[in-house]
Amino acid sequence: MLADKDRIFTNIYGMYDRSLKGAQSRGHWDGTADLIARGRDAIVQEMKDSGLRGRGGAGFPTGLKWSFMPKGDDGRPHYLVVNADESEPGTCKDREIMRHDPHTLVEGCLIAGFAMGAHTAYIYLRGEYIREREALQIAIDECYDAGLLGRNAAGSGWDFDVYLHHGAGAYICGEETALLESLEGKKGMPRLKPPFPANAGLYGAPTTVNNVESIAVAPTILRRGAAWFAGFGRPNNAGTKLFAISGHVNNPCVVEEAMSIPLRELLDKHCGGVRGGWKNLKAVIPGGSSVPCLPHGICDDAIMDFDWLREQRSGLGTAAVIVMDQSTDIIKAIWRLSKFYKHESCGQCTPCREGTGWMMRVMDRLVTGDAEPEEIDMLLDVTKQVEGHTICALGDAAAWPIQGLIRHYRNEIEDRIKHKRTGRVSAVAAE
Amino acid sequence: MLRRLHTDQPESFAFTDANAEWARGQIAKYPEGRQASAVIPLLWRAQEQEGWVTKPAIEAVAKMLDMAPIRVLEVASFYFMFQLQPVGSVAHFQICGTTSCMICGAEDLIAVCRERIAANPHELSGDGRFSWEEVECLGACSNAPMAQIGKDYYEDLTVENFGAVLDAFEAGQVPRPGSQTGRYAAEPAGGLTSLRDGERAYRYNGSVTLAEFGKDTVKRITGDEPVLRMTESAAEMASGVAPVEAPAQPKLGDGESASVRRAAEQAGELARMLSEPEAVPEGAPEGGVPGPEPVRPAGLEAPRNDAGDDLKKIKGVGPKLEALLQSLGFWHFDQIAAWTDAEVAWVDDNLDGFKGRVTRDEWVEQARILAGGGETEFSQRVDDGDVY
Repeated sequence: MLADKDRIFTNIYGMYDRSLKGAQSRGHWDGTADLIARGRDAIVQEMKDSGLRGRGGAGFPTGLKWSFMPKGDDGRPHYLVVNADESEPGTCKDREIMRHDPHTLVEGCLIAGFAMGAHTAYIYLRGEYIREREALQIAIDECYDAGLLGRNAAGSGWDFDVYLHHGAGAYICGEETALLESLEGKKGMPRLKPPFPANAGLYGAPTTVNNVESIAVAPTILRRGAAWFAGFGRPNNAGTKLFAISGHVNNPCVVEEAMSIPLRELLDKHCGGVRGGWKNLKAVIPGGSSVPCLPHGICDDAIMDFDWLREQRSGLGTAAVIVMDQSTDIIKAIWRLSKFYKHESCGQCTPCREGTGWMMRVMDRLVTGDAEPEEIDMLLDVTKQVEGHTICALGDAAAWPIQGLIRHYRNEIEDRIKHKRTGRVSAVAAE
Repeated sequence: MLRRLHTDQPESFAFTDANAEWARGQIAKYPEGRQASAVIPLLWRAQEQEGWVTKPAIEAVAKMLDMAPIRVLEVASFYFMFQLQPVGSVAHFQICGTTSCMICGAEDLIAVCRERIAANPHELSGDGRFSWEEVECLGACSNAPMAQIGKDYYEDLTVENFGAVLDAFEAGQVPRPGSQTGRYAAEPAGGLTSLRDGERAYRYNGSVTLAEFGKDTVKRITGDEPVLRMTESAAEMASGVAPVEAPAQPKLGDGESASVRRAAEQAGELARMLSEPEAVPEGAPEGGVPGPEPVRPAGLEAPRNDAGDDLKKIKGVGPKLEALLQSLGFWHFDQIAAWTDAEVAWVDDNLDGFKGRVTRDEWVEQARILAGGGETEFSQRVDDGDVY
């Protein structure tokens, strides 16, 4: 188990001093100017060496992303935009950072902003996180008062401003280009790429969008060294990570652990195990609603990192682990996700706008068993029609959970249809 | 779901002076010529002020931001947090229904809403004070199931404790947000598995502290609210280093004398809140002093003279509890007024879904007053038709 001394978020439950002073006593904002004095290239290189992969779901290497920002000055400002639109069902980790350990994020903004030549950061919070917004604003105000933000931020010679912005309840705004559209005051409809935000992002200027956790871990990585961070987890899956566990465990929680921790160890050590014991486990969604579920058999050896889960045709996503025990109606659980995606489709691309509705309506019938057996394959076919045919990944995200369901639980779906039918025509069957 | 402007629109909309000032501050966050970026924050403030987003508000925001009204309407109808029709005048309950919450019992909470508030989402309750809807994942999944009420999250809900939250709102109170099972934040309920070393510095987690400071969970926002800023002394106070009596002056934006005064008044309360951790319960829930052996009070098969008293005049008894009491044979105030401690203990234990309510809401004392022909402050409000 990860030792407390190796945790980056040392106040994730908010039990200890949440103020700037408290954060400083835990080692944050320590020598920030010296970190910045290393220079832009050195910081980006250190981030690359640390092996940090983006914590927002896609797992794109963070250092590499920072290096995409143009080096020269063409007169356009650069922007850092922090994606705090945490809306992926099952995910509740960034919330804990923002309300309980906000200084990790604010310091990260300054360092990341410097490393990409930005003087301004916008943090885009989901609209529902009202108290988190207030808590983060208090932390930002504290930093301004202490000279850690503003002109010559933290004595680094770099001018830096951090502004909070918020959405109003649209999952799609977690997609980086939709987020930029929303930040510009429009409907959150994703943009076609290219051009990528690093070339033309917010207000047409070079922009990098990073998840809260990716930014918040940066200062500690720089302070303790890339080798320290890379020492956790398997190669290519480095570091520590916040896991958010929900559903049928005895003690659901948010906890920081080393990457590549076995799923069972994670659930047993921190969550008091699966409700009713490990044998009572039915399925796990390992990375938030967008990734396919894992049945019990695979969970036995599951390792929580990007590559292992990818090999199982699932994904680490946001490391939001939804645990379902044997009492769960798995078809209904996935149906609820279909309903979610139908609700959240922005309506821009036809395959997604129409497809999410179709998929949900077929799922409606699978839940009750009022379907033809052929509809299972038809549904699978529809998911393939949506997947990869949309501007953003919401279409894919809507398709994958259903594909996972059919892959692992086809028997259960067929049984339900059969049960419904034999129930209905029992008199005939009795002849 | 179709999202369009409501058929009945008010004549006009104007931000309060303080909100207008606040709005100018928001617009200043964005570069010159990019003021449209402020559209969501401004519409949100309009909703916080009025309860919902009206057509005049959309037009007013468009004017402030130099946008075409259709562009603002587009935004208002795209984002689901904007309520395009009136919601309950006291509170709008948003129950998270997505998978994590669903498998932990969100459907039962929705059933409570259907039964006690209104049959359908977005429909006002009979008295117009409440409404509800099912929303998509609110991002507090380790505390599932949960609901957002006003600004705050109510977490770790069950049918029972959600019923109690609803009771409190119905009685005109604002129950404390956060976990309703006594959990602090998103830590394992069984006890910390990490970060054990340290003095717990606060009584409440980050969100609940702010709710307790602002007392604005379901308040209409006028812009005059005090803004908490952690100055050096407040930070010391928060860390529990400084004595609780230390003068704590939350620093405020300029020119808001009323809010400065209010903030100063609240500073003492805040100091207490920030620096006194509540005792952490250890092990089993506290046993307490053993009470009397419960005894079932005698009930009546039917009300005397075929007419029971209106038990809803007792604060804490709603239509559902009244029916439950009648089913147990209690129809009159004098019956309740005559309960002994042992009988109170029995009733407390046998109110399915409302255990312990008799003692908590002091029914016997209230019933004594009502049985004697008197009125309580609450029964007066019932008479006036304010409650039901």
